[in-house]
Amino acid sequence: MPYTARKPPLPETPDELRARIPGWGADLDPAVRPQVPRERTDLETGAHWDVPDRQEETYPRERSIEHEQLPPVFGTAQPLHGLSGAIRRFAYERYSEGRLAHWLLLIAGDRVDAAEAHLRSLVTLRPDNPLTETGVLAEPRRHPVASRRGRPDVRHQVLDPVIVAGPWVLGAVVLVEALRALRRR
Amino acid sequence: MRAMVYRGPYKVRVEEKDVPRIEHPNDAVVRVVRAAICGSDLHLYHGMMPDTRVGHTFGHEFVGIVEKVGSSVQNLQVGDRVMVPFNVYCGTCFFCARGLYSNCHNVNPNATAIGGIYGYSHSTGGYDGGQAEYVRVPFADVGPSRIPEWLSDDDAVLMTDALATGYFGAQLADVVEGDTVVVLGAGPVGLFAARSAWLMGAGRVIVVDQLEYRLEKAREFAYAETVNFAEHDDVVVALKKATDGLGADRVIEAVGAEADGNLIQHVTAAKLKLQGGSPVALNWAIDAVRKGGTVSVLGAYGPIFSAVKFGDAMNKGLTLRMNQAPAARQWPRLLEHIQAGYLKPSDVVTHRFELEDIAEAYHVMSSKLDGCIKPLIVPSAA
Repeated sequence: MPYTARKPPLPETPDELRARIPGWGADLDPAVRPQVPRERTDLETGAHWDVPDRQEETYPRERSIEHEQLPPVFGTAQPLHGLSGAIRRFAYERYSEGRLAHWLLLIAGDRVDAAEAHLRSLVTLRPDNPLTETGVLAEPRRHPVASRRGRPDVRHQVLDPVIVAGPWVLGAVVLVEALRALRRR
Repeated sequence: MRAMVYRGPYKVRVEEKDVPRIEHPNDAVVRVVRAAICGSDLHLYHGMMPDTRVGHTFGHEFVGIVEKVGSSVQNLQVGDRVMVPFNVYCGTCFFCARGLYSNCHNVNPNATAIGGIYGYSHSTGGYDGGQAEYVRVPFADVGPSRIPEWLSDDDAVLMTDALATGYFGAQLADVVEGDTVVVLGAGPVGLFAARSAWLMGAGRVIVVDQLEYRLEKAREFAYAETVNFAEHDDVVVALKKATDGLGADRVIEAVGAEADGNLIQHVTAAKLKLQGGSPVALNWAIDAVRKGGTVSVLGAYGPIFSAVKFGDAMNKGLTLRMNQAPAARQWPRLLEHIQAGYLKPSDVVTHRFELEDIAEAYHVMSSKLDGCIKPLIVPSAA
């Protein structure tokens, strides 16, 4: 009824809500809410430095050009390598975070990284196994039909296998066509 | 050590990795006792977040035992049982000094728009996460906290993100007594946001999802009214009707990048990665909130643009509030609520997987099989 000033009545009174719901209104007073006010300078963080010690940079660590310097602490997992590394380094060195090209290059780097890793795995003792790594072997034990019955999101779940297998099928088709073309020469 | 490893979109496995070492004087190494898979891990798993590298170990929700500490660590000792907030943060930069821990400027070389997060791609700093036997914890004197003896590992691991984020979201919504609060998404964060809205004095809480088993949980656990959007041609109209045409005073968006409800949005974002995220839930929030109301955004989106209905937000005079939650800032008050019996975090846990079964865990969570709401991961060294 927003055509009048009256607020629609609530189905339950505060007393009824308090009786029904554990803790109803415990944080009614904004002063007890941890986020009030949003910015607070009186919080104890446990830090005992003004400026943190600097972590050793053991390899050329990529960084956003919006950082004037490498921050004192950073993750060292999965350093850049290979073609994907070159793409990612270019994205970081050339484009700021405000540029679409920055992020599209990073996503392209991700796809190249995955392809590189899959191909590399074929010459190891543990090649990628889409059956075990996608977890689909769990299906028979996890009520695959009952879990999905009546769910509208199932219509696009059918795209998932296409996304996983599609690039490989496409790659195989391209390879076969290339071999045929070579043979015809 | 054994660790979950990303192999490319939709593919993960467990591999042998080196045990993390102390790389900075204020580092600790924590032996993981309990980890969890978060809905936002699925964005990584589906290949949506830029700079997610093969070999990366996911996991930003974990608790464990301190195994090693660096030379400058004063507040933790080897053997302490600790919960680690999902944020990596320094405690002293411009932002941390103002309590904005999730926006720390000193921990993420890869981007300035987001702080550090464990196991959440290189876009958040390139830190391996806690779905492993051990994890490196930077700024050990700042983020982690000893777990009170009375709090179980299962409850504590929910404090590290899901509960803290849901509670944070209800605060962002600025709920006042008698407000009608709509929560979009009945995953763990949405369920906790709904419970938290009651703590702030909400007069009505309505939870929206399309999975009936999750809506049932919203009714039982979060004492909420529920709306299954799949049963309505237009869920915004349904929510307007439910609020006498006014719209909700506050809407909390707890869905994020893979929102369903619009096939084109979902496929272009979640499957084809042409948007930073599918903004279906965000657009519903903007449309379903009343004029002058508040939208609180907890859902995670990627850094690429999304097709958001910004004109409606402007014309309706909305307040849009959002952030990654500074989890540890919520803990003192949340512990009081848990001790008072107002909340039991582990009530949302539905599944428990051995680390070795991580691929199965991700598939079950991703495909929402078997009534899955919150899966915990138990490393073999736990």
